[in-house]
Amino acid sequence: MQAAPGPRAPNDERGAMSEQVTGAQSLVRALESAGVEEIFGIPGGAILPAYDPLYDSQRLRHILVRHEQGAGHAAQGYAAATGRTGVCIATSGPGATNLVTPIADAYMDSVPMVAITGQVASHAIGTDAFQEADIRGITMPITKHNFLVTDPDDIPRTIAEAFHLASTGRPGPVLVDISKDALQGQTTFAWPTELYLPGYRPVTRPHAKQVREAAKLMLQARRPVLYVGGGVIRARASAQLRELAELTGIPVVTTLMARGAFPDSHPQHLGMPGMHGTVAAVAGLQRSDLIISLGARFDDRVTGNLDSFAPHAKVIHADIDPAEIGKNRAVDVPIVGDCREVIADLVAMLRQEHDNGESGDYEAWVQFLAGVKAKYPLGYDEPADGSLSPQYVIERLGAIAGPEAVYASGVGQHQMWAAQFVQYENPNTWINSGGAGTMGYAVPAAMGAKVGRPDATVWAIDGDGCFQMTNQELATCTLEGIPIKVAIINNESLGMVRQWQTLFYNERYSNTDLQSKRVPDFVKLAEAYGAVGLACDSPADVDATIQKAMEIDDVPVVVDFRVHRDAMVWPMVAAGTSNDDIKFARDMAPEFDEDDL
Amino acid sequence: MSKHTLSVLVEDKPGVLARIAGLFSRRGFNIESLAVGPTEQPEISRMTIVVNVQDSPLEQVTKQLNKLVEVIKIVELDDHAAVVRELLLVKVKADADTRGQVLEIVQLFKAKVVDVATDAITIQITGNQGKIEDFLRILEPFGIRELVQSGVVAVGRGGRSISDRTVRPVPVPAPAAAPAG
Repeated sequence: MQAAPGPRAPNDERGAMSEQVTGAQSLVRALESAGVEEIFGIPGGAILPAYDPLYDSQRLRHILVRHEQGAGHAAQGYAAATGRTGVCIATSGPGATNLVTPIADAYMDSVPMVAITGQVASHAIGTDAFQEADIRGITMPITKHNFLVTDPDDIPRTIAEAFHLASTGRPGPVLVDISKDALQGQTTFAWPTELYLPGYRPVTRPHAKQVREAAKLMLQARRPVLYVGGGVIRARASAQLRELAELTGIPVVTTLMARGAFPDSHPQHLGMPGMHGTVAAVAGLQRSDLIISLGARFDDRVTGNLDSFAPHAKVIHADIDPAEIGKNRAVDVPIVGDCREVIADLVAMLRQEHDNGESGDYEAWVQFLAGVKAKYPLGYDEPADGSLSPQYVIERLGAIAGPEAVYASGVGQHQMWAAQFVQYENPNTWINSGGAGTMGYAVPAAMGAKVGRPDATVWAIDGDGCFQMTNQELATCTLEGIPIKVAIINNESLGMVRQWQTLFYNERYSNTDLQSKRVPDFVKLAEAYGAVGLACDSPADVDATIQKAMEIDDVPVVVDFRVHRDAMVWPMVAAGTSNDDIKFARDMAPEFDEDDL
Repeated sequence: MSKHTLSVLVEDKPGVLARIAGLFSRRGFNIESLAVGPTEQPEISRMTIVVNVQDSPLEQVTKQLNKLVEVIKIVELDDHAAVVRELLLVKVKADADTRGQVLEIVQLFKAKVVDVATDAITIQITGNQGKIEDFLRILEPFGIRELVQSGVVAVGRGGRSISDRTVRPVPVPAPAAAPAG
C-alpha cells in the first residue's frame, strides 16, 4: 500500500538531497524513504526532538500508544499480518526498557521489526544520567543487530541498514538508539543507494546438490512428513508448499508458528504437532522415516524429549539460518536457503523425477495416518453443569468470523485452543507469541494487525489474565479508530498454570485464581475505554453474541466469555517426556494399530 | 572436550567485543583465551579465540558467531598448520645467590630479561602453550611473584592470507522507498 501523494511537508522534497536538516528531520526523512507508513510509539525527553518533525510528516502516521510494550507488540502484529517491517519508537531509559519484551519476542519468532529509541546526549552517556539505560547493551542478545548513533550524519545509513537487516535473511528485530544531541545536531540528508555490510550475506539460493539429495530421500522414504514451521510464512511460501504437498502426497504438519501456512481443510493436513498437537501430527512425526523440515527449528515444545523424538527418521532440514540446522537434531541433508526457493526447487526436481516415472510410495503410511486422524480427532467435553466451554466459544468464533479474518492470541490455554479450534486457511491470519510466550501479546498485536490490514476483521482471542496485562491499548484503539474485537476467554484463572497444578501439583492452586468474574467488570472496563462491552455465559448465546460483535465496525468490541474454569487443553505431551507418551485426554493414551504400517 | 583455535575477522566497531563475549556466555560456550588486535586492513580487527568444546558445539559456536553482523570471517586454525604464540611476562624472585641459575634458565628457553631489581628479575618469553608451561614449571621453585600472560595469537603457515578475498564489501541496494506487498 502506497500513501497517496498528498501535500508534503517542507522538509520532504525529493531531489534536494543535501540540504541542511537536523538529525531529527533526517530520521523522519529516512523512515519515509524506507517506506514506513505507520509507527507505534510514545514520546519522552530524549526522543523529543524526533517528535517535532514527525508532527509535520504527511507520510508517517504515528500511533500514540499507552505503554511502550503495546508499541512493540503492535509493530509485531503489524509485521506478522502484512509481512512488512513493523516500527516502534520510544524514549530513553524506561521507555526503551519497556520495549525489551516485544524485542525479545520478535527475536524468538523472527519478526521483522525496527525499534527506535532516544538516548541521552552523547556526552552524558555512561554517567547514569536521568533516564539513561544502556539499551544497546541490554538488547544485544535479543536483537538481530543493534546500533548506537551519536553522529547525525550516520542516521540515514543506519536506518537503511536497520531495515535491510530486519527484513532480509532470517527476519528479526533491529534496534537503533540515537543520542539526543545527534537528533538536535545539523546534518545533510541523503538516502544511501547502496549498503556495505561485509559480514552480512544471507544465503537464499539453496545448493542444487542438496536439493537433489533431499529429493532422492523423499522418493525412497515410505513414511515421510512435511514438518512446516513459521519460516514458510515469513518466506511467503504457502503456494509453493501446497504445490509440493500435492505433487508428492506427503502428509503435512504445521507448527504453532505456521498455522495457516497450509489449509486446515486440506486432507493431507494432520494438524499441529507438539505438546498440544493432534495425535495424528505427533504420531506422524514420531513414526516417520523422513522428516522434511521447512523453516522449523525442532523446538522443545515440538520434539518433547529429544532423545526419543522420531527415532527412526532421517532428517532434511531447510532453513535460511544455518545455525538452526543441526542445533537440536542431527541432520542427514542440510539445505540453507529461503524456504520459497527451496520448496520451488524441490518441486521442480521432483516433478522431473515424476516425469521419469519415479515417485514415492506412501500409500500405507497415508492410510495409517488417516486412520489415526479419524480415530483421534481434536475434541473436548462439554461441562456437565451446562456452563460455557472455552473450546466451543473459540470454535464458533472461528466459524463465524471465517478464514479471512485475522486472529491474534495471548499465551496460555486460550492460545492453544485458538491454534486448535480455529480453521486456518491462509497465511498471516494467525498471530501469536510462540517462542517467547509473552502474556499480554494479543490486544496490542491485534491493534497492529488491524492498522496493517484495516479491511480485515481482527479478533484478539485473549485470556482474562493476559488481557489484564495490556488492555490499556483499547484507549489507543478507540481514539485512533482501530476497531479490533477482543474475545476474553474468562476462566477467572491463569488457566494453563492451573492446568499444570491440576496435573502435576496435586490440585494445589497456588496463586492462579484471578477471580476475574468478580473484578474487574470487563464490560464496564470496555465501556470506560469507549469500546462496546458484551458478556456471554451460556452456550445458547454464543453465536448471537459473536454476530453482534461482528456487526460493530466503528469502535472496538470486548466480549467477556465467562467459561468453565476446569477445561483443559488436550492432547498433551507433558514437559520433558517423550512424544510417545502423548495423552489425548487425562490418563488416556492412544493405541496405534501398527500392523497397518 | 578439545581445544580449538578460531581466527575471527570482525569489523572494528564499538561493542563488537561485547557482542562476541556475550554470545559465548549466553550460549554456554567457554572461552579459554581471547586476543584482539588490528590487522593489515584498517577497518578490520582480528580476534584469536581458543575455545574448549566438543566438535558438535564447535559448529554451533562458529555458526552463531557467523550470525553476528560485524563478524566477517571465521577460520579454524589447526595447531600443526599454524604458528601459535603467546606472550608471558613473569617476575621471579632472584637475589645474588639465585640470579645466576635463573639467568641460565632464561638462556635455555631463549627468553629475555626485561627488568632487574635487587630481589627479582622480570622475564619476557614467547612461545606456544607447552613451552610457556615448561618454563613456568622450572621457574616455580625460585618463587614467582607476579605473572601476566597474553591471549593466544595464531597465523596459518604458508603464503596464503585468511583476509585475501574476504572483505571487499559487496554492496546491496538500500531498502526501496515503496514498501513491498
